[in-house]
Amino acid sequence: MSKIIDGLYYSESHEFVKVEGDFGYVGITDYAQHELGNVVYVDMPEVDDEVEAGEDFGAVESVKAASDLVSPVSGTVVEVNEALEDEPGLINKDAFENWIIKVELSDKSELDNLMDAEAYKAFIGE
Amino acid sequence: MSENKFTCLHDKHVAQGALMSPFGGFDMPIQYAGIVEEHNAVRNAVGVFDVSHMGEVHITGPEAQKFVNYIFTNDITKMEVGGIQYGMMLYPDGGTVDDLLVYTMGENDYFLVINAANIDKDVAWINEQAANFDVTVDNQSENYGQIAVQGPDAEKKMLEVLNLDCSDLTFYTFKVVDYHGDNIIVSRTGYTGEDGFEVYASHDTIRDMWDMLMTAGVQPCGLGCRDTLRFEVGLPLYGDELTAEITPIMAGFGFFVKLDKEDFIGKDACAQQKADGPAKKLVGLELHDKAIPRHGYEVCNENDEPIGYVTTGYRGISVDKSIAVALVDAAYGKLGTPLRVHIRKKYFDATVVKKKFHDKSYKK
Repeated sequence: MSKIIDGLYYSESHEFVKVEGDFGYVGITDYAQHELGNVVYVDMPEVDDEVEAGEDFGAVESVKAASDLVSPVSGTVVEVNEALEDEPGLINKDAFENWIIKVELSDKSELDNLMDAEAYKAFIGE
Repeated sequence: MSENKFTCLHDKHVAQGALMSPFGGFDMPIQYAGIVEEHNAVRNAVGVFDVSHMGEVHITGPEAQKFVNYIFTNDITKMEVGGIQYGMMLYPDGGTVDDLLVYTMGENDYFLVINAANIDKDVAWINEQAANFDVTVDNQSENYGQIAVQGPDAEKKMLEVLNLDCSDLTFYTFKVVDYHGDNIIVSRTGYTGEDGFEVYASHDTIRDMWDMLMTAGVQPCGLGCRDTLRFEVGLPLYGDELTAEITPIMAGFGFFVKLDKEDFIGKDACAQQKADGPAKKLVGLELHDKAIPRHGYEVCNENDEPIGYVTTGYRGISVDKSIAVALVDAAYGKLGTPLRVHIRKKYFDATVVKKKFHDKSYKK
């Protein structure tokens, strides 16, 4: 059973958004980290980069393969999780705690296009 | 598209919860505990792989030696019974049909071990070449199961768990053993860069051995770590480092192409390439960044002009670096040459290094 947290928003490509005020923390779900296996590299954008909902903003790489990160929201990157540069495996330890980027949201109505915890649980078949 | 085939251990992989995926026409275990854990088990202790997908072809007849030497790049006349050679079968233009092992079972009696994905192609190729020779070609791939016990503790586990004393086997030799009435082949070979053994036997025997190894707590390993292990020590994978377009000379495996022996298919092309220098070359690359080069990614010169592509790349496991093997224009093949790898939207600096990123630990 994958861990799913209430109150977060979820995308079909297995990213989550945790919203705090005008900001959203974006990462990959516990289900995604489990499917990937050992994460060995996270390709992250830089602070001040623009991300757009539905567009790639980097990649999470396991030993075997690279998996694109698709932004569930639009906005400006205000922070990247630098801890992942040295220890990408933190995502395997706790995917929700170890978000990848913090975005200043430009259009909060985009959140309506995402799933809530219950819908995501059904989506991954658990 | 045909359905993926199952090895004789398939039900056990599924029951043990392995992550399964198609490879070479078979539904194969990619990982059990995780690629990193399995990789380290083989480097530091021991692990067992199901490699029953590999193909076996038995060649016999009055002209078997002459024939095998004609389709194979290494020189089998130099081998005694119980010996094994690695080499390639080539097309006339020097491109690679497959890389394989040849076991000398007896006089004019050879056992060829070929890649799973190439079984149909190879058998057709061998039969086509055999028309003018007095030989019998017998594809035994369906009848053999195969396991590979690999790692520094392999010899100990072979004895303790399977009751097979392998201390008399040197690297690249084998013996045929009567194992509870089944004639099995045990060889000191592998595809990990570590000491280890491969066993070819009936499906029932292989299933029994697998169960015994599991009971003894030997780490089951999937094809995921088989690839990281072989890659780190510079062993090629057919389809990546050797293809119909990549000759062994380009790949840097000229050692296994014996140009001083009598005629064999692809000899002239290889001799020509060796004399002129190949237009393209396989090189090792070490990235200066943590970004990971993957199969097919573009390799560029310092002006970001494409000069080749990555054949295999990983974040190394025994080697804590982002490393790759790439096929590049020969002009860029010198050690120390600065190159760039195109990864998603960016270009990353890399340096040409030796393809052997990690030293092999064979017991010679």
